Amino acid sequence: MKNLIYLRDVVTLKVDSDKCTGCGMCLEVCPHGVLAIDEKRVLIRNRDACMECGACSLNCPVGAVSVEAGVGCAAAVINGMLNRESASCGCFVDPKNPSAGKVGGTCCS
Amino acid sequence: MNASANDSSNKLVLLPMAPLMACADPDSEIPLCPPRLDQAFVTGSVAGTPGRIPQVSSDLTGCDRWGSIKARWGVGRMHYAVDPGLYALGSPDESSPVLVTANYKMTFDCLREALPGRNVWILVLDTDGINVWCAAGKGTFGTEELIRRITASSLKDVVKHRNLILPQLGAPGVSAHLVRKQSGFKVHYGPILAQDVAAYLDAGLKATAEMRRKAFPLRERAVLIPIEIVAVLKPAMIIIPILLLIGGFGGSGGFVQSMTHDGIFSIIAFLCAIFSGAVLTPLLLPYLPGRAFTTKGIAVGLPVAIGLLYAWGGDLRSWREILLGGAWLLMIPAFSAYLAMNFTGASTYTSLSGVKREMSWALPLEIGAGLSGFAMLLVSRFF
Repeated sequence: MKNLIYLRDVVTLKVDSDKCTGCGMCLEVCPHGVLAIDEKRVLIRNRDACMECGACSLNCPVGAVSVEAGVGCAAAVINGMLNRESASCGCFVDPKNPSAGKVGGTCCS
Repeated sequence: MNASANDSSNKLVLLPMAPLMACADPDSEIPLCPPRLDQAFVTGSVAGTPGRIPQVSSDLTGCDRWGSIKARWGVGRMHYAVDPGLYALGSPDESSPVLVTANYKMTFDCLREALPGRNVWILVLDTDGINVWCAAGKGTFGTEELIRRITASSLKDVVKHRNLILPQLGAPGVSAHLVRKQSGFKVHYGPILAQDVAAYLDAGLKATAEMRRKAFPLRERAVLIPIEIVAVLKPAMIIIPILLLIGGFGGSGGFVQSMTHDGIFSIIAFLCAIFSGAVLTPLLLPYLPGRAFTTKGIAVGLPVAIGLLYAWGGDLRSWREILLGGAWLLMIPAFSAYLAMNFTGASTYTSLSGVKREMSWALPLEIGAGLSGFAMLLVSRFF
């Protein structure tokens, strides 16, 4: 089966190869093989495969990877727009951080 | 020995009957309660510091499996949880590995079932009964909760090593270097799937590249279908009678005759839209054109709508039938697209930036087509 890839050129992932120490932690936690290390420096190999989960930036000890982390759940975004915590689908938004669009419901099976 | 662990044990001895509410409060100074020994899936207990640590088996009972089936259909799903804390799978000792997981019972069961004949510790974090990946995104499967749970379970007294194995999909919530700095435990990210944990342990905590990639195979897409259907049931219960009533007005025959003809057709069309968006789209996901889920939903919804109109054999001779057919030619793809768009949350590869971009054009399109179709449906009753 071909790999599923979402929209082109939209994710907020950035790397700072000057800060990178080549530890490889970001490669280990990425579920979609987005990053690679070349000559002990991180680079983005497959940008469109990134789902902005934020695992790489949270686990980078030197802050060389950054991304506006969030969950790609339309129902949660709609709930956020309607400013409610729960909807018929059972998704709920973190009241403290609605823009992050966090989830239960269909998003969390 | 760790001072805070000692504090915990002393307080636990003093407060053996500490009310559950105190345990549930994450900001409470009172130590978190250990997992109860009387949970249905607990088979025994092993000596711990302090007290007894509940023991579980890798064999799932019929009750465990029935619980999973119910959760897939949305029954008791938001409260399907085990007590957070430390559990013994088999008979682990002070050098046994420690696996960390979420307190969604389906997750916990999936992990222990994957480790028959193994002796390991399972440290269950309080994620409000949500699975690892979603809880990590929310931060409840996170650095703070992990450190709190290490302390509450006196893990430093239970094992002599300082290694934890976390599921890779817990990484969006956990900062491995901060855990090490604050607790002394080194976080090892294991494989994505519980079924690969045994191989990972046997390989000396090494995961293959394949174990680290999140795929979205047919089986995983298929098990999500029930909850997608359950999610649309409630609005459907309101929409279906309305469609039936609308179908009754106008037409050459009486109210009931019209209703059984046009009303029933509308209901079938509506159910086709749900089937298209909540069943066919997830199943066919990789084979549908476009990257946006809305595009995929339309790609299924439009042929379904055309097929239905063809099968209906509507004479399309009267304005009423043309308008009724046209209404559903708009509404089936619109509903299908909307349901498909909502499947982004269940999928394993969509980004928030991407979903926002898709919604910026998709939501107006879906609402526009849906309302135009509904207007046509109403107008059709006057012919």
